[in-house]
Amino acid sequence: MMPKRWTTVLPLAVFAVLVAFFGWRLVLITRGDAPNMIPSVMIDKPAPGFDLPPLVLDRPGLKTADLGGKVTLINFFSSWCIPCRAEHPLLVDLMNQSMVQGKLLLVGIDYKDRPEDGRGWLSRLGNPYQAIAMDRDGRVGIDFGVYGVPESYLIDRQGRIRYKQVGPFTPDDIREKLLPLVAELNK
Amino acid sequence: MKMSALPRAVPGRLPARPPVRWLGCLFAVLLLLPFMQGPARAVQPDEVLKDPQLETRARDLSKDLRCLVCQNQSIDDSDADLARDLRVLLRQRLVAGDSDAQAKQYLVDRYGDYVLLKPPFKTTTLVLWLGPLVLLLCGIWVAVGFYRRRGAAQGETEASIPLNEAEQKRLSKLLANERKR
Repeated sequence: MMPKRWTTVLPLAVFAVLVAFFGWRLVLITRGDAPNMIPSVMIDKPAPGFDLPPLVLDRPGLKTADLGGKVTLINFFSSWCIPCRAEHPLLVDLMNQSMVQGKLLLVGIDYKDRPEDGRGWLSRLGNPYQAIAMDRDGRVGIDFGVYGVPESYLIDRQGRIRYKQVGPFTPDDIREKLLPLVAELNK
Repeated sequence: MKMSALPRAVPGRLPARPPVRWLGCLFAVLLLLPFMQGPARAVQPDEVLKDPQLETRARDLSKDLRCLVCQNQSIDDSDADLARDLRVLLRQRLVAGDSDAQAKQYLVDRYGDYVLLKPPFKTTTLVLWLGPLVLLLCGIWVAVGFYRRRGAAQGETEASIPLNEAEQKRLSKLLANERKR
């Protein structure tokens, strides 16, 4: 009888669709696309307007006019942020690589931190940043769409945001996402 | 809920009823407790605006804005640092003369539709908004089909097929026997 077969197949089909959907989401999560990662609306938009004071004496602060011209990675970090601690040596290594010399500018924004803590962090762990600013009240962070540290924004030579890294960079992220993009934006 | 409202045994006197009753009351009160208290207040006194009208608007707006750290709480409910920053920012926008829509848009420009607890109706959210309706219609369609078929099947077996000649003969015979008795 036709209707009977149809009613047995339908729940199975629905079940199969659900399994496929959940499986697909699981694969995405293993690739780093977890549902709690909020997609940025700032991609391909010009960096927001800001002008922040320097954190340390020997490096400049950061303002919107400094962006553009060179491909720039803006790294929001904080001395109270544990994942930042894991990310920091990777950034130091990155800037020591010859392939990024002259191609990538790394700048830091010390986010919602006490300046003395931020300075202590840099003197202890090294300073890979060519410019480093402090965003004490986190207002510039909000303008960028920061919702946690660390977060990093890659700015192209026209001063537009082209990539956002939520959470710390891993060696894989740097190799597979950041470096190819830096090469592309330098073309 | 204050502790004094709980039934207590008075020291030095025996409870008037068996202690099991007291336990029952206590459990009932404990079960009800979660429903009696309002949500915890995350808004700190120093954030509150002097103008009560503006403050009401800010409260209403922040109930619809998602805390991006906790993600299933509004910034009105959340104790997260960023939620506090966003509440303060929202109030500053309102004081500066933004309309409700402008103040909301200010955050949407930075965090996207994700910051809205109620997603807007647009092409990318069609499935989200219309999906349940489509499912409901499918359900109705299946149900209507099912009952129609069942009705039709019953009709066929019991009423619509006429008796053939042999059956008709047998029926008349039976009925005739019945009348003879």
